[in-house]
Amino acid sequence: MKHLTEYRDPVLAAQYLDEIKNTITRSWTIMEVCGGQTHSLVKNGLLQMLPPQISMVHGPGCPVCVTPVHLIDKAVFLATKCNVILCSFGDMLRVPGSEKSLLQAKAEGADVRILYSPLDAVQLAKNNPDKQVVFFAVGFETTAPANALSVIQAKQLGLTNYSILASHVLVPPAIEEVMNDELSHVNGFLAAGHVCAIMGNYEYYPLVEKYKVPIVVTGFEPVDLLQGILMVVRQLEIGEAKVENQYARIVREEGNPQAQEMIYEVFEVTDRMWRGMEIIPMSGYKVKEAYAKFDAEKKFNVIIEDAPENPDCIAGDIMKGIKKPFECMQFGKRCKPANPLGAPMVSSEGACAAYYHYSFVEDMV
Amino acid sequence: MGKVEMGGIVKHINLQLVPDAKEEDYVLVHVGVAISIVDEEEAHRTLEFLTQMNELDELYNSPVEELTKEEIKLQADIIIKKMHS
Repeated sequence: MKHLTEYRDPVLAAQYLDEIKNTITRSWTIMEVCGGQTHSLVKNGLLQMLPPQISMVHGPGCPVCVTPVHLIDKAVFLATKCNVILCSFGDMLRVPGSEKSLLQAKAEGADVRILYSPLDAVQLAKNNPDKQVVFFAVGFETTAPANALSVIQAKQLGLTNYSILASHVLVPPAIEEVMNDELSHVNGFLAAGHVCAIMGNYEYYPLVEKYKVPIVVTGFEPVDLLQGILMVVRQLEIGEAKVENQYARIVREEGNPQAQEMIYEVFEVTDRMWRGMEIIPMSGYKVKEAYAKFDAEKKFNVIIEDAPENPDCIAGDIMKGIKKPFECMQFGKRCKPANPLGAPMVSSEGACAAYYHYSFVEDMV
Repeated sequence: MGKVEMGGIVKHINLQLVPDAKEEDYVLVHVGVAISIVDEEEAHRTLEFLTQMNELDELYNSPVEELTKEEIKLQADIIIKKMHS
């Protein structure tokens, strides 16, 4: 097995589609939490193939999309005014801040670098002892262990020129936020498989109890997604609401204990501002006091005012699944990936980018 | 650190979070760090999910005179065990 092509098998996918059609008797709204799942659904044309009774809405699981404007402004400030090497994952660069994006800062001469891994940033710091290196640590639970590991490695190497600008968010509080919004009408969730690879399934049991919605931990390939949808539909049709794991080849019930240990060594849970939404209590991580020397927020003590969103961008409604990208007046017009008004049009996990790249935009706008 | 091949590209990947990983294992890599070892048995089970589900359905829908309730339950348990063990 290659663990990839098998899950893209069109014959198997067609069988799942048939099974879903045979099972469903009424309309259901299902949210896939993770932006990676959104992209796979749109890219593989699954949204067009599902029976019309299923409405897939796209969730807030795009870390780049929910990173607040003032943190991007802070990263831009560090890169342009504090003479640091600012490192980031690639899709963060084009996201607009209140004045400019990191890409614009780079074009104006700031030392902004795209890295594959936070561990590469530690090496960069080691090789440039006379420069401060800051890694823009955005992500959900999936990315937190790697970012924590970079801090631990920097400490072990005795580096004094490495720090992270943490913008870490968590999935379960976001699901609560969606369920508590009176405009949302989600009947069931596909939980993000890679988040659960780290955290396990435990956090979702209280949620199915509280909101009486099925939550199926699901992978990212077409067959995974269709199987996850079938599992949700089967539960909904018989009135059940439980946690199931479609992605058991990757996700263990308890998650990855080594990874969790790494996270809690460096981070602690805190309130977080989500771009397009608001402050969600206990919805993210911040660097613990014991690692304050590696926390760019404390190290550089930059005060940046909260900046207003572009009023024409409806990212918040998109992220909560209340609106679809093509329902936005600006979609594909003033807002395009090369010149976005908001983050979901940029990120490789953003819903607007998925629709723009993979669906027939001209039919929608 | 270990060498991980990804579609023909070999990269050095941190294996600290998957201490049980052995040579030839498939691992899930995220931003330079392996975070999970692919479970071969579970992978097969996922691909056979539909078949097993249909076996279950057939069993539950089979005419009562062919099987007693106890027999149905026993056979269902065996299939469910295969799906979840």
